[in-house]
Amino acid sequence: MTAITDRQQLAYIAGQAAEARVNVELETEGMLLNIGPQHPATHGTLRIVVQLDGEQVIAADPVCGYMHRGYEKLVEVRKYPQINTLVNRIDWLGHFANEVPFVLAAEQLMEIEAPERAQWIRTILFELSRIANIALFLGDMGVQLGALTPVFFAFRDREHVLNLMEAASGGRFHPNFNRIGGLKDDLPKGWIDETRQAMERIRRFCDELETLLMGNEIFEARTRGIGVIPPEIAQSYGLSGPNLRASGVDWDLRRDVPTPLAWQHVDWKVWTHPDGDSFARYWVRLQETREATRIVDQLLDGLPSGPIMAKVPRIIKVPEGEAWVSTENPLGEMGYYIVSKGDTGPFRVKIRSASFNNISILPWLLKGVYVPDIITILGSLYFILGDIDR
Amino acid sequence: MTAAALPLVHAAPTFALELAYWQETLIKVGVLLAVIPFGALVLGYVYLLKMMSHMQSRLGPMEAGPHGVLQLVADGVKFLQKEDIFPERADRFVFAAAPMIVLLGTFLVYVVVPAGPNLVIADLDVGIFFALGVASISVIGVLMAGWASASKYSLLGGLRSAGQLVAYELPLIFAVVGVAMQAGTLSLQGIVAYQAEGAIFGFDAIGLPLIIPQFVGFALFMISAQAELTQTPFDMPVAESELVGGYHVEYTGFRFLLFFMGEFGTAFALSAIAATLFLGGWYVPGIDPGTTLANVVGPIALFLKTMIVAFFIFWARISFPRFREDQLQGFAWKWLVQIALANVLLTGLFMELF
Repeated sequence: MTAITDRQQLAYIAGQAAEARVNVELETEGMLLNIGPQHPATHGTLRIVVQLDGEQVIAADPVCGYMHRGYEKLVEVRKYPQINTLVNRIDWLGHFANEVPFVLAAEQLMEIEAPERAQWIRTILFELSRIANIALFLGDMGVQLGALTPVFFAFRDREHVLNLMEAASGGRFHPNFNRIGGLKDDLPKGWIDETRQAMERIRRFCDELETLLMGNEIFEARTRGIGVIPPEIAQSYGLSGPNLRASGVDWDLRRDVPTPLAWQHVDWKVWTHPDGDSFARYWVRLQETREATRIVDQLLDGLPSGPIMAKVPRIIKVPEGEAWVSTENPLGEMGYYIVSKGDTGPFRVKIRSASFNNISILPWLLKGVYVPDIITILGSLYFILGDIDR
Repeated sequence: MTAAALPLVHAAPTFALELAYWQETLIKVGVLLAVIPFGALVLGYVYLLKMMSHMQSRLGPMEAGPHGVLQLVADGVKFLQKEDIFPERADRFVFAAAPMIVLLGTFLVYVVVPAGPNLVIADLDVGIFFALGVASISVIGVLMAGWASASKYSLLGGLRSAGQLVAYELPLIFAVVGVAMQAGTLSLQGIVAYQAEGAIFGFDAIGLPLIIPQFVGFALFMISAQAELTQTPFDMPVAESELVGGYHVEYTGFRFLLFFMGEFGTAFALSAIAATLFLGGWYVPGIDPGTTLANVVGPIALFLKTMIVAFFIFWARISFPRFREDQLQGFAWKWLVQIALANVLLTGLFMELF
């Protein structure tokens, strides 16, 4: 993996030249524009300081930290079962998926394994939270481009998934359903049939968006060729998840890293797109949502019976050691590095969240684009503020 | 209320009551003052609140009045109560004048729109020319608002708006040229009369709505009107997700309400002009334009036709994403202007041939 390519150097030189031209030759001043912290396109409190020449961006500098909540410090003063309820607020749309890598890391340290049924249900809920998360992106991208309708369709159909979440765990947004060694409860009666219907709905929703938004000429004109990330650049900036796969890098932790979760038992496909532009990122996420419904359907077919909780001590003490577990969350790779000193709470936890790395490419990516394209690119990179700032 | 200049076969009916000039003027001003809020409210409620909500699988306002009919009135009252804020570094006079100028353009458009054989405020011989001219006055207001707000977002919005309006004025006017050539007059009453008397290859039951021969012109007119109104595929000057509201981002309270009324009032006015130019205006097939009945049915017919045209404007607004500014300019100059010129040329050719 080369860190800096010729193309990147060229782009950098061109950017410098543009700056010089603006400041010296034409003797005009660039305009400094603050996008954010309060701006509708940053869906949260991200601030991007852009230097403009007319409507063209000369330099862009993302400033994050407006919503820093100190998760890594907070978890140090909590016990393991309490941390669960804390971390599912990091990426608040992918709720359940945040808990899983943490619980897996703790289980790995304690050398216990959740029963098979629990792992399968975890995988199902993991994919459901992926659907709930990405469905909103699929609609929200329309809003960023000025189409108001898709997001309401997204809210409408996401509700079916959230209802399932609520039926299983009691919480629409913050399920807190994982326990170290398994799950809190088994699935309620009738849940499986409802889930199948909901998956059917989500597939219909994907078809709907494909014709409503992706088939639209204006949408294509606004997204094709905008914000192109070549694969080497994507890798060197540490991009992960759909953003990386949209650049043509075939990398999915669900398939490439063995976990106790149930993905290896079902037949599914990792979608990649060679273009690396905003359209590709949208396309990959749309396909992934479809694929997630397929995974859920297959997991429901083969759901094993048995207990949902392993034998764990009443008071959880994690033996001394260190563990790193990361999973393929809706936004990309999310991992927890736990350092334990044999206490009821961790000594130190490092949280690797996807959005922070995903937006770190912005200064490179935004150079030379127009103001409306900033919004397109921000939308297509798809970050959750809580996932950036933690 | 003069109708003498009409090339109508049927003489326009004369009213029994004779009014002094000042009485007539007073009535005209009153009607004008009533029509704009009415048009803005109707469009805002029927299309922006209700149709949009139902297309987006939600109900929209339901609480204020039956099915929320009074929602916009309630919103208006709310706006009146808001603090009137001037940004610290704003140019106060220009800032305050901008919404008035936007609204002024809207008011003047209605002057020439006929709602019946006698129901027109001023039937100018150059009616359509006048209407298109004053419709673009609002650009100046928008530019003033963008500049005077002393905000970067407003400035970007105002400049985008100016560029956009310059680009779309041309296809808008060329689209009308085809109509004017065919009707042989610039007077809106004359164009209505032409449509009322015309026949489609000898079939004269519904007259000759100019949308049939001038369908290209109609499409061009609608696209350009959409851009002129800064409605969604062309709403870069407002661009909520980028510029957070563009030129009116710094406006609050009553001044914002004026912008809102100007936007929807102009939408109503341009729809009315499109209905007049292409759908026959106040003319209803089967009703003799020379009778008093036409004066009664005319406004209703015009209103319904206007709503039909406005439906398409709002349908596009709800369905489409937004262009980028440079794409929009390319679209206007590379496609619309050429198509409009070709339309004018073809209209001329057909007029010579047939």
